Amino acid sequence: MFDLLGTALSSRLLLGTAQYPSPAILADAVKASGTSVVTVALRREMAGGRAGEKFWSLIRSLGTRILPNTAGCHSVKEAVTTAKMAREVFGTSWIKLEVIGNHDTLQPDVFGLVEAARILCDDGFSVFPYTTDDLVVAERLLEAGCQVLMPWCAPIGSALGPVNMTALRSMRGHFPGVPLIVDAGLGRPSHAATVMELGFDAVLLNTAIAKAADPVGMARAFGKAVEAGREAFGSGMLEPRDVAVPSTPTFGKAVFA
Amino acid sequence: MRVLVKGAGVAGLTAAFELAIRGAAVTVAEARDALGGNASWFAGGMLAPWCECESAEQPVLDLGRDAADWWDAVLPGQVTRAGTLVVAAPRDAGELDRLASRTSGHRRVDEDEIVLLEPDLAGRFRRGLLFPDEAHLDPRQAMAAFYDRLAAMGVEFHFGADASAVSGFDRQIECTGMAAGDDRLRGVRGEMLILNTPDVSLSRPVRLLHPRFPLYTVPRTDHRFMIGATMIESQSVGPVTARSMMELLGAACALHPAFGEAEIVEAGVGVRPAFPDNLPRVEAHGSTVAINGLYRHGFLLAPAMARQAAELIFSHDKPVELAHETDRQRRSA
Repeated sequence: MFDLLGTALSSRLLLGTAQYPSPAILADAVKASGTSVVTVALRREMAGGRAGEKFWSLIRSLGTRILPNTAGCHSVKEAVTTAKMAREVFGTSWIKLEVIGNHDTLQPDVFGLVEAARILCDDGFSVFPYTTDDLVVAERLLEAGCQVLMPWCAPIGSALGPVNMTALRSMRGHFPGVPLIVDAGLGRPSHAATVMELGFDAVLLNTAIAKAADPVGMARAFGKAVEAGREAFGSGMLEPRDVAVPSTPTFGKAVFA
Repeated sequence: MRVLVKGAGVAGLTAAFELAIRGAAVTVAEARDALGGNASWFAGGMLAPWCECESAEQPVLDLGRDAADWWDAVLPGQVTRAGTLVVAAPRDAGELDRLASRTSGHRRVDEDEIVLLEPDLAGRFRRGLLFPDEAHLDPRQAMAAFYDRLAAMGVEFHFGADASAVSGFDRQIECTGMAAGDDRLRGVRGEMLILNTPDVSLSRPVRLLHPRFPLYTVPRTDHRFMIGATMIESQSVGPVTARSMMELLGAACALHPAFGEAEIVEAGVGVRPAFPDNLPRVEAHGSTVAINGLYRHGFLLAPAMARQAAELIFSHDKPVELAHETDRQRRSA
């Protein structure tokens, strides 16, 4: 079991709900992945007030915990408004906070992020900030009241996988007691396993599954990879060595290099 | 047999036709005052079942592959059979490979062939995919021609009519999309533009792949181009948003910079009715047969759905295999 802000979760994989071929395939993928938390965006559906209600009720019927997000928000004000609407629509104080700073790379605007996090934490939200791997920003977010951090490992939807292992290791090392969820940039199950082996608490994905040829099969594969990576982290992996070490003893042979 | 068809969108018109040729006396009741204003009116009119399989399931190809033949036979002259050209900027070449691996019925084209197909795209794209068996039509012209054809066949039309005002029917076909009030349906908002520019000529629908802002443009007559279409989980019919228009125009200019000088003739919004699997359904409830959930595949799938509905009504003994009951290949148990 994975304890996330006092909630016991059976899976360390969090799933986004956008871009699936259909809600039916999304529902099957959620089931196959074993996830117990899905995220959902409100921003683009806001134009007509509650005109997106039908899709949201499909999300509710998935039976998982819901982590609404502020995807697509480019300012503190937009993000705060969207978070408040999300709390009302989904009846949860959890919010994945995104404040986008660059249209092309979808990099978080870390200054706006810290500001919005402070406003929302003061308002009683449990803020899951989508951030970079910058340690100082991470500290500011914790000071603002966040109890969990969601660093990227590469730009959203890029499928590049962990591009800066050193930064991820250092983040894990600096915040041993803070739940760290790698959000954004994972492309394949081995990427998820890799960051879980580093000791990250969970991963959040969307595009890698939703845009796969078979989203349901890919969801299952990611579920297994996340479990494998976590179990490996807890089981003590061998450090690489530069000599061969036979797994079968070679008594009686006279060759020692 | 007297049959009432509710709704004069593409589902209702095709159903009226399939019933009338089987000998039914058909009346079409449409709540709007005229043809148009519905999801069909804002459609692209692409008959592109192979391309669509990038994200759609197998039934869309199975049910849609004969659509161009059907429209051509019913409304001669309305269908243009020139295929679909798919291009991507060099930076997004991976998207072409991705599409190629997920679809069938296409072949690779290089820069020289792109120029032969669409001279105005010369020098802009080095790689593309051609889906040679695909076709397109202009939904508004097709609906007007269809109205004339049905009227000539003796189909009666009541516009601006509450369907309950007409009575005395043996069977009803419910084709009103979102207005049917089916609880399982959701609306998927689509925003589209019609641009007018004499500076671009295209012979076939062109799709521009992009990881974030994919676009299609369908050439219409008189230098007009339908540019579409957004897919938003919302049933709002409110005006096109600034963001959507920027995305559509940005992608159009990426396809050809001359679109930057085009006139915006129209910015329209349609709401596509969709079931959770995004596949259409024909269902019988007592004396009513419902066709719904055509999603973004109205002109593509309506002929097959209309045929199924007509068969349901005319062949009581024989079980009819319905679209949503066929194997859903990509779904695992």
